[in-house]
Amino acid sequence: MTEGEAAAGRSTGDITAGDIAPGDVAAGQAGDVAAGEDTSVPRVKSERQLRREAELRRRGRRSASIATASTLAAVIVLVVGVTASPGWPRVRETFLSADAFAEAFPDVLRGFVLNIKIFLIAEALVLLLGMLVALVRGLRSPVFFPLRAVAVLYTDIFRGIPVILLVYLVGFGVPALQLQGAPSDPVTLGTVALVLSYGAYVAEVFRSGIESVHPSQRAAARSLALTHGQTMRYVVLPQAVRTVVPPLLNDFASLQKDSALVAVLGPLEALRQAQIHAASSFNYTPYLAAALLFIALTVPMARFTDHLAARTARRRTGGGIA
Amino acid sequence: MTLLKIEDVWKNYHQHSVLRGIDLDVAPHEVVCLIGASGSGKSTLLRCVNLLETVDDGAIYLDGVDITEVGADPDEVRRRIGMVFQSYNLFPHMTVLENITLAPRKVHRVATREADEQARELLDRFGLSDKAGEYPDRLSGGQQQRVAVVRAMATQPRLLLLDEITSALDPALVTEVLSVIRELKETGMTMILATHEMGFARDIADSVCFLDGGVLVERGTPEQIFSAPEHPRTREFLHRVLDSRRMG
Repeated sequence: MTEGEAAAGRSTGDITAGDIAPGDVAAGQAGDVAAGEDTSVPRVKSERQLRREAELRRRGRRSASIATASTLAAVIVLVVGVTASPGWPRVRETFLSADAFAEAFPDVLRGFVLNIKIFLIAEALVLLLGMLVALVRGLRSPVFFPLRAVAVLYTDIFRGIPVILLVYLVGFGVPALQLQGAPSDPVTLGTVALVLSYGAYVAEVFRSGIESVHPSQRAAARSLALTHGQTMRYVVLPQAVRTVVPPLLNDFASLQKDSALVAVLGPLEALRQAQIHAASSFNYTPYLAAALLFIALTVPMARFTDHLAARTARRRTGGGIA
Repeated sequence: MTLLKIEDVWKNYHQHSVLRGIDLDVAPHEVVCLIGASGSGKSTLLRCVNLLETVDDGAIYLDGVDITEVGADPDEVRRRIGMVFQSYNLFPHMTVLENITLAPRKVHRVATREADEQARELLDRFGLSDKAGEYPDRLSGGQQQRVAVVRAMATQPRLLLLDEITSALDPALVTEVLSVIRELKETGMTMILATHEMGFARDIADSVCFLDGGVLVERGTPEQIFSAPEHPRTREFLHRVLDSRRMG
């Protein structure tokens, strides 16, 4: 048999013992492979497999071109539909003015820095508050009944109030109390309102994460004489937090947008800056500038969340946690 | 001298009694096997002994002290008792070594280096020395269960409770776990095993208890129970088990 014939033989799938080098077998045995064969090197592809893969590739190309064509058609219909509408020239002038955009953008961007500050501080505090409330709700001793009741009341009330209402209530209500030492700065008050609202959501997210850890994990930890606190700290929370990272990031994307609600209290963040420009020029393009800035931040966050969720899903199906 | 004395223990779940007046003494270095159908109360009895369940009536004495007394500290009791579960219950986010050293480090306040050393010695003894850095989901069921045994042993308990530890395993992997238990018996470990492995129970037990409907029907040496059971319910159970074994 010539070399060419040998290669042809392989491509039709004839694998003889000679194809597996002795070294490979030894490596397989040294590893923990049950069958005793090296499974790390794939077999030479048979004609059937090659034919299948070619067909799959052909179908893949076909559906890709169909997707491109239909997307193109949809975009054309949309563009023609919008631009052909009677109000289009007016909309283009008031929402898509390049001049207004260029004029407003630096101020809106400066305002947006304040949004970033607000939500970064809020996110850290929300995590703390949410975790604290979730932990308090998990306490079982009767001594903690009042604390537990407060935690339940807190989540019930603050999840029920629309965020914008809460911003008004805290922003105007707290200074009206004229308490010694209470903050009166609108940025601080707005951040407090956001933290109170999102803390309630995040507490529920953490709680669901804690409950998702199987009771047998607790039983194992307690049987090792770990206390309730140690069981939480070393066994339950590390697993719970891993589970809730994607929904948590989802809430954070939402919090980033809602930092614009602080505008109603007056601080010069992105939305407020856009409002000022819009009011002085009778042009709404500054709002578009603000919107683009928010999108620029939430879209990467959303993709990152998707990525994490996909990774968790892969682990679940691939790893098989007992 | 008894290490563990179970005295007229009752356990109810919603009007239904799972344990109906169990009496059982365990001497130091004794290996007691609990056999019986699923739902006969074997697991519940084990969970009562390390206070994962509270008993409704009766008492359990460990080293002569009533551990079911209201106000007794369960964590103090569990420090002296190890437990291994049917589904291993290893902590998936910790490596094998971390799983084993968690309780020594956090409960018994052993220095990390010392705990690591002891854990590695144990792993070595049970043929798992190359798995110290692995995560549990990378191990086979048999390896996971052996790690769970090592984890329970790492705190040097007075008594080891083993709850159907081979029931979730592939038949091919049962042997490796049972050989670990055999080795523990040689070191003089006091153990109570709930098990479906009749051959193993006969082989390793100093005494065998047959439970049925929450009642300890019969207790005796393996020869007595497996060769000449006195009680008709024991006979019937063994017949059924051995028949199904023949069919399988």
